[in-house]
Amino acid sequence: MARYDRAITVFSPDGHLFQVEYALEAVRKGNAAVGVRGTDTIVLGVEKKSTAKLQDSRTVRKIVNLDDHIALACAGLKADARVLINRARIECQSHRLTVEDPVTVEYITRYIAGLQQKYTQSGGVRPFGLSTLIVGFDPYTGVPSLYQTDPSGTFSAWKANATGRNSNSMREFLEKNYKETSGQETVKLAIRALLEVVESGGKNIEIAVMTREHGLRQLDEAEIDAIVAEIEAEKAAAEAAKKAPPKDT
Amino acid sequence: MVKPAKGTTTLAFIFKEGVMVAADSRASMGGYISSQSVKKIIEINPYMLGTMAGGAADCQFWHRNLGIKCRLHELANKRRISVTGASKLLANILYSYRGMGLSVGTMIAGWDETGPGLYYVDSEGGRLKGTRFSVGSGSPYAYGVLDNGYRYDMSVEEAAELARRSIYHATFRDGASGGVASVYYVGPNGWKKLSGDDVGELHYKYYPVMPSTVEQEMVEVAGA
Repeated sequence: MARYDRAITVFSPDGHLFQVEYALEAVRKGNAAVGVRGTDTIVLGVEKKSTAKLQDSRTVRKIVNLDDHIALACAGLKADARVLINRARIECQSHRLTVEDPVTVEYITRYIAGLQQKYTQSGGVRPFGLSTLIVGFDPYTGVPSLYQTDPSGTFSAWKANATGRNSNSMREFLEKNYKETSGQETVKLAIRALLEVVESGGKNIEIAVMTREHGLRQLDEAEIDAIVAEIEAEKAAAEAAKKAPPKDT
Repeated sequence: MVKPAKGTTTLAFIFKEGVMVAADSRASMGGYISSQSVKKIIEINPYMLGTMAGGAADCQFWHRNLGIKCRLHELANKRRISVTGASKLLANILYSYRGMGLSVGTMIAGWDETGPGLYYVDSEGGRLKGTRFSVGSGSPYAYGVLDNGYRYDMSVEEAAELARRSIYHATFRDGASGGVASVYYVGPNGWKKLSGDDVGELHYKYYPVMPSTVEQEMVEVAGA
């Protein structure tokens, strides 16, 4: 085989699906996004590229609701995201109609991943160029979950994960610093992970917090700035403690 | 279109301890009794039962199909389907065949995460949630006894006896119902068959034959 088709999703001689891999490249160029699961709180954070002065920032929501108890953040092609999100929202309502029950996080993740997979094995289409982080609470047991899907259509559950730009550094940070948290601590952990790769400040980060009782709540800039200040203070205190000689030897 | 009469008596009700499901076992083709031993309570899965009224083939097939869908749901979602969900799946299927001659009048009874559940589903596409239902040609008679004797706080034995008596009374008056009165109980650990009594024997149990006083016999007239 002198030349094989790279234009649509077919196998290469060495077993790759190039279109899927190229889609992953698109994800790697997208905004950084992080998700952290706590015991009673789940936090999603995305990097916010500075909004143009004339742009109405309220229309550029990067963290969206799929249903009252499920939220999604993604990295990659935002137009593809819109299509996927709309299909997922319809599926959430369709599920409520056919079994009179809200979807579980796992169900809707499986649906989205299934959709992404379908577009790697259909004629005339290209894969979706985005990875998603899906969070929510199980409607009956109240257990929080965080899932990630990618353009190949695989999905898995995570305690904390990152995707998009510099996701490896964020993931490394999370691996080193993750512990079971709740409430505000979970929010801080997510912001700390994002701050590893994003310029500090409330206007560069978008954070949404989900709790069982209150659903999804977007933090406003002032709140984020306050938490960032707290984190910086903690960091400075830790640095100072390291530098100072240990009091009791 | 002539609506096929559902020659049968089935009933189900929710009470404190769970769900009681009972049915007769007669199949009739017009005036001919084709069978006295039809299983009208269908085991969809270990914690859900369906009752049969209407076309036997339709009920059997679609209940079996529902059992398959419930199992697939379990495998895909790693949890049991709710009674609400199962009854809705069946109702949606029956609705899509509306007008094509299916004859199904069924009750889906089960125990799920939210407790006992009971739904009535029929081939018109109707679906009702409730605590007491009776379906079939014998249902008016069964309702009479059931509604009269029903209390929420009954024990399992009391509820079983009420169900049994209701079926018996329906078979007594309705020609299209008879055979064996089966009684099933659905509790937190699934369903259990409690009894299957021939309604003829039940009749004599409820109304034993009393030796009647013998009328004046002829007496030998003494003398003239």
